[in-house]
Amino acid sequence: MAEIKYTDDHECIKIEGDVAWVGITKYAQEALGDLVYVELPEVGREVKKGEDFAVVESVKTAAEVYSPVDGEVVEANDNMADDMELITQPVSEQGWIAKIKMSDPSQLDGLMDEAKYNEYTESLD
Amino acid sequence: MSAEAKVIDMAYKIQQAEDGNRGLHYEENLLWEKEYSDEPGVDLPEPAGLASRTGVEVRGEIGLPNVSEPQVLRHFVRMSTWNYSIDHGFFPLGSCTMKHNPRLNEKMARLPGHAHIHPAQPESTVQGALKLMYELQSWLSEMTGLPGVCLTPAAGAHGELAGMMTIARAHEQKGNTHKKVVLIPDSAHGTNPATAVMCGFKVRNVPTGDTGCVTVEAFKEALYAESEDAAEVAGMMVTNPNTCGLFEKDIVEIADLLHKAGGYFYCDGANFNALVGKVRPGDFGVDVMHINLHKTFSTPHGGGGPGSGPICTSAELAPYVPVPTVVKKGDSYALEWEEDRPETFGRLKGFQGQFGMFVRALAYMMSHGADGLRQVSEDAVLGANYVLSQLKDDYHAPYAANGPCMHEALLTDKKQKEAGVTTLDIAKALTEYGFHPMTVYFPLVLPGTMLIEPTETESKDSIDRFITVMKGFAADIKAGDTEKFHAFPLSTPRRRLDEVKAARNPVLRWA
Amino acid sequence: MRYLPQTKNSRAAMLEAVGASSIDDLYRDIPKSAFVDGKLNLPDHKGELEVERILGGYANENLSAANVPFFLGAGVYYHHIPSTVDHVIQRSEYLTAYTPYQPEIAQGTLQALFEFQTFVAKLTGQEVANASMYDGATATAEAALMAMRVTKRKKIVVGNALHPDYRAVLKTYLGNFEGCALTDGEPDNETACVIVQSPDFYGAPHKYETFRKICNETGALLVVVVNEIVSLGLLPAPVEADIVCGEAQSIGVAMSFGGPHLGFFACREKFIRQMPGRLCGMTEDADGKRGFVLTLSTREQHIRREKATSNICTNQGLCALAFTVHMSLLGENGFKRLARLNHEAACKLADAVVKVSGVSVRNECFFNEFAVDLPKPSKDVVEALAQRGIVGGYALEGNGLLLCATEMTTDEDIAALVSALKEVLV
Repeated sequence: MAEIKYTDDHECIKIEGDVAWVGITKYAQEALGDLVYVELPEVGREVKKGEDFAVVESVKTAAEVYSPVDGEVVEANDNMADDMELITQPVSEQGWIAKIKMSDPSQLDGLMDEAKYNEYTESLD
Repeated sequence: MSAEAKVIDMAYKIQQAEDGNRGLHYEENLLWEKEYSDEPGVDLPEPAGLASRTGVEVRGEIGLPNVSEPQVLRHFVRMSTWNYSIDHGFFPLGSCTMKHNPRLNEKMARLPGHAHIHPAQPESTVQGALKLMYELQSWLSEMTGLPGVCLTPAAGAHGELAGMMTIARAHEQKGNTHKKVVLIPDSAHGTNPATAVMCGFKVRNVPTGDTGCVTVEAFKEALYAESEDAAEVAGMMVTNPNTCGLFEKDIVEIADLLHKAGGYFYCDGANFNALVGKVRPGDFGVDVMHINLHKTFSTPHGGGGPGSGPICTSAELAPYVPVPTVVKKGDSYALEWEEDRPETFGRLKGFQGQFGMFVRALAYMMSHGADGLRQVSEDAVLGANYVLSQLKDDYHAPYAANGPCMHEALLTDKKQKEAGVTTLDIAKALTEYGFHPMTVYFPLVLPGTMLIEPTETESKDSIDRFITVMKGFAADIKAGDTEKFHAFPLSTPRRRLDEVKAARNPVLRWA
Repeated sequence: MRYLPQTKNSRAAMLEAVGASSIDDLYRDIPKSAFVDGKLNLPDHKGELEVERILGGYANENLSAANVPFFLGAGVYYHHIPSTVDHVIQRSEYLTAYTPYQPEIAQGTLQALFEFQTFVAKLTGQEVANASMYDGATATAEAALMAMRVTKRKKIVVGNALHPDYRAVLKTYLGNFEGCALTDGEPDNETACVIVQSPDFYGAPHKYETFRKICNETGALLVVVVNEIVSLGLLPAPVEADIVCGEAQSIGVAMSFGGPHLGFFACREKFIRQMPGRLCGMTEDADGKRGFVLTLSTREQHIRREKATSNICTNQGLCALAFTVHMSLLGENGFKRLARLNHEAACKLADAVVKVSGVSVRNECFFNEFAVDLPKPSKDVVEALAQRGIVGGYALEGNGLLLCATEMTTDEDIAALVSALKEVLV
């Protein structure tokens, strides 16, 4: 199992070398309801840590997805645009929205691991 | 069973399987799926066969069905039976003011002298229409206490746009280019921030307090968040009474603070029904507001429009409103355009507004008169408080302890949610029991809100029946009889619809 | 008062249940200074008979197209409305329903909107259409804003004679965005869209190939504006366009001195998430039966708030229904015949007025409207015709006059205009 990291804003990140695969957590998906659409970022776009780079939409609401790091979008999950069910898969499989080539991987150091994130979401309920 | 009976039985089964009709419940296919006729449902004269002078080729196949007149009429009448309407029953949709729509209004709008006149006819040929608009302006001005009126905007959101552009234009004309921030309480209708952004403003939220109102402290904090004198603040957008159904108690003080900072007070007039004939917004600090003729003044909602959203302004803002407006010159009436009103921000709509709605609204105003309109407000406020008083122990009523509400009562599903029944379930259960639901999940300041606006055109008996059903739901849920709530509605023309499927693969037209 | 069902007794009972000492007790949060002192300075209530007398009197002061020879168009057209149309839209179930937010009890309105969208898409030759807009002018402004969102550019080029009201509204809407420009110049690589009206304001139909080519070269969207939708029964569909929008008042909706009318908006399917306005989509219910819902509402203001695609929150529901009923009655054959009759009426009108001394027709090509040049200022001529009980067209700058004929125009109307023109132009 690849190690997955988590943000306060409910992004989940799989790290592969200097590339971060970014998706959103199960918790976020349950809060939003069935997702129907994702607005993907353009490949080649430069993003800053904390900048919104994608939007996911359910029937009733829309939510921004924020980049956990500075970097460049190197791939967007076009398959997801056709099949929104993919977002329910683990981020390490087909559940990623975009892959971001990191300019400073150390920005991920402060993020939560799975156990910490579970604790965090429990505290929110 | 005899052979004949078998045949009949079989025919009946086929009929059932194929069209799904039962009693007065009808199925009706799309027009394109119907049996086509040779000829359409209109008989037009034979063209003379003159040579075409369009300069372009002739249109090919469009793909429209030819359907006879009886088929068309039956098609739309059968479909109509799937709709709930005010004429069917209680329709307590909060902030939408679903009141009785008098048919006199319809008759007046359809007089040939109103329906078949063109907006660009010479003014000498439409003096009656201009007089009608002028009179409507006067009524609105007197009711709001605001001297400037512009009838042009096509609907509420359009009126908001007109109001905020009026403010933007006033600042621009006065050289206040630094004023770019608009304060909006978080309880505001979603159109408010959307409109502010469309006008080039930045939105700054004002948190609503535990009382459901904006407090002076919270307002001050937002007003002076970035500078000591709030120099960057262009104005605020406040719905009053607000979307929680409460009158903003501190509004006069808040408006004073705003005015001292050089900002203008835009009031969303969605809830004017609570005040009409009794309280004048111009007297509590409003600089500009829009009026929904389709809410307060009974023009029909028509399944989503047309609306009409005139704006009323203070004398100071009046020069900046969109054109045209109607003026009286001696004994005659005229439209004023850009040439006459150089400070206007311009045109917001083609021609001069939703005239058909003006006729309806004025017919309603005249019918009620000053005495009747005051009674409208009083009965609307009384009805909502009655609902609140009867349901506040069965449902969580977040603001009931603080005093009366205005023309709508706010409840939430806090108590029922513990048993797994949500506001959505309650709304769907109401449809099963022959009511239109209240507004649900709005305002957003609390989870699971239900906003109930009975309006003045419901009798006590009608309101009581709604209260009885709502109390029944609460009792069932409390007793643990919750399962059925997730399945409702059962008896409506369609059961719960799959909105996820509709949004994932949008099908927006017939092939 | 006839609209208020409460009685003295019911009011008293409710007040008691609420625990208020008086009705004014319920208004105690409102500052005293804001209360109307006594009663508004307006007349008291009136019965139906009295209101009818007053408003009927106002109506009689207007010169109605129903009673006089009528040649005015310019974006608003006088057409026949079959009696079935008005009957259907006056049914309570449609007239007094709300926006279909509760789809289980609003399938009638929703299916009608789905049919409306289908009609508009087919007429305009576009893939998808929305559930209507306020009017043609605002639909055009929304098209420009959408083109700006899609292309991320800020320059709007008007390609030919656009209706002056539409241009004015466009200017107002664009004025809110910094760096936005509205020009008549050549499109370039900063152009968001090219707007082409056909038939244009002066009545001339246009071909779209050249505009399409320029748009392909510059990456701009092609927006085609149609404000006489009947023309689409005779002229080719603007399939080259990326967006087709405009005014559909001609089908089923009365002129009503400028509103309510019926804006429409159609475009390519790939832009649906950038479209303004309401959309109705097909789906299934819990039993698997076909049904309809408002969909893709995350574009709208009540969810996106300051990130919405537009601040519009209603459509022109009942006008869209009127259009749908009228189109259903017309069908393929009726709609095309209606277009043909309009064109022939205009041909007859052109042939008649050109025989009046000093009058010349500017247009070589037209649908049901064309411009003429008069020997006198047209404003004065229109006024003089009005005094003779004829609504004589739209006065253009100087001596220009825009004349329109529809299926309502009779040979007698044309003869009356010709004879009046002869008098007026001497």
